[in-house]
Amino acid sequence: MISLAYLCSAVLFIIGLKGLTHPRTAVRGNLLGALGMLLAVVVTLVDQNVMGYWLIGIGLVIGTAIGCTLAIKIEMTAMPQLVALFNGFGGAASVFVAGVELNTRASSEIGLDAMVVSALIASLIGAVTFWGSLVAFAKLQEVKSFKKPFEYPGRQPLNILLAIAMIAILIYGMLSPQDVWDFWVLILVASILGVTLVNPIGGADMPVVIALLNSYSGLAAAATGFVLSNSVLIIAGSLVGASGIILTQIMCKAMNRSLFHVLFGVMEASPESASADDVYAGKVKSTSAEEVAMLYDTAKRAVIVPGYGMAVAQAQHAVCELAQLLESRGIEVEFAIHPVAGRMPGHMNVLLAEAEVEYDKLKEMDEVNPTFAQTDVTLVIGANDVVNPVSRTDPNSPIAGMPILNVDKSKTVVVIKRSLSPGFAGIPNPLFAADNTLMFFADGKKAVLDLVAALKAMS
Amino acid sequence: MDLIACLTVFVLAIFVGFEIITKIPPTLHTPLMSGSNAISGITLVGAILAAGADHGNLACVFGMIAVILATINVIGGFLVTNRMLEMFRRKK
Repeated sequence: MISLAYLCSAVLFIIGLKGLTHPRTAVRGNLLGALGMLLAVVVTLVDQNVMGYWLIGIGLVIGTAIGCTLAIKIEMTAMPQLVALFNGFGGAASVFVAGVELNTRASSEIGLDAMVVSALIASLIGAVTFWGSLVAFAKLQEVKSFKKPFEYPGRQPLNILLAIAMIAILIYGMLSPQDVWDFWVLILVASILGVTLVNPIGGADMPVVIALLNSYSGLAAAATGFVLSNSVLIIAGSLVGASGIILTQIMCKAMNRSLFHVLFGVMEASPESASADDVYAGKVKSTSAEEVAMLYDTAKRAVIVPGYGMAVAQAQHAVCELAQLLESRGIEVEFAIHPVAGRMPGHMNVLLAEAEVEYDKLKEMDEVNPTFAQTDVTLVIGANDVVNPVSRTDPNSPIAGMPILNVDKSKTVVVIKRSLSPGFAGIPNPLFAADNTLMFFADGKKAVLDLVAALKAMS
Repeated sequence: MDLIACLTVFVLAIFVGFEIITKIPPTLHTPLMSGSNAISGITLVGAILAAGADHGNLACVFGMIAVILATINVIGGFLVTNRMLEMFRRKK
């Protein structure tokens, strides 16, 4: 009976995720997913094998209170950190659940050795996920000590040593299922690995890391499903695991870096690449709101390229206002969204949707790239590496080969930036020194608002 | 369910997952991350079973901690996802 309910739950999850294939059905999809979760939880509570309702009840109330508060109060720009945090909590929960089962080592439907191995795997993945997610949260939140990737000698050998230790403990657990200490040692090792793995990775690669950790938390849940012989845990965990891995792959392809390189490589500027002075000296032309407004006066097609800087400046509402104003003047306006712009896949889309930009104006890179040649004015707000032509021309650059938005092909490019400081790749951007580029040095939000005012003043 | 049954379900679920997720457009990738994160809170089911079983005091404490963490994951995850998706709905 309970298994039947679990099956319904799983079906609701699947249909719910399917709802995310279109904005029209997405909200309903999320509700169905939530319903599936509710069903699974209620059915589990009603299961007569469960005792200690007080404890569980208190836990549920505390968890709900914390979850609600965080979810409702968060700013949309801090949302990647929040997802990372929740993810970590889920991973930690798996560790505790596995811990309970490993503490008792009662016999299991799938056989004791399989149960122990599954529980150890769940703890391993859960611990790596929890600590890795905490580090990711700290980096995104820009907590001081985590801002720069922490370099120390022997980083790779340490990771390899820890990985070998984990596998050794797993094998040991399989061979002697009765010993209890392996759990504690394993989570210690896995926790350390979680930190050492994520710590060296730079802010720009965080979207990939978060997607990967997302996948891990799903796999941890699936492993817990093996331990408890619970079908809904296995199915839901696998769905999440698959989702995370696909997103990770998509992003690695978008950056033209392999996952291995993201996790274990280091971003170094090659010695032969140009320094900032060489690239910029005397070639950077600065502009003002009035001048840009005049450019728009004769434009027929405009593209806006948002980047992480727009999120930081909270300029998305001003940008929407600009887009609407331009459109009311008969200019065709589109947004060019690079797959790794921002801190999470689809980050820019969410911010612009929050600003009430219609989602069919948001164009993906492959769709919008051929149109830059017919674009009169391209406005780049807070984006840097994703429009850097160096990726096409310099094979030694850290961003070599990464597909970019070809904004330099448009008639005029206006870049809104506070200064010439580099993006996360740490390299200069020749786009800023190009003949058809104008630099608008200002805070993102102020610049756009000034531009809107200048446009209104003109007509 | 014995081990083979578990493995069967696992493999089939991964295939289903791949089929569905690859059809989700990039525009909805952030709600997807958030939504799938919420679903990974299914660990709550395991936490309730662990906290509720009569395995001794350490198990009870562990179980309760697991319940709290998993509940944060679930409630927070679905609420944030809903917030994001509401923004997509307003326009259409």
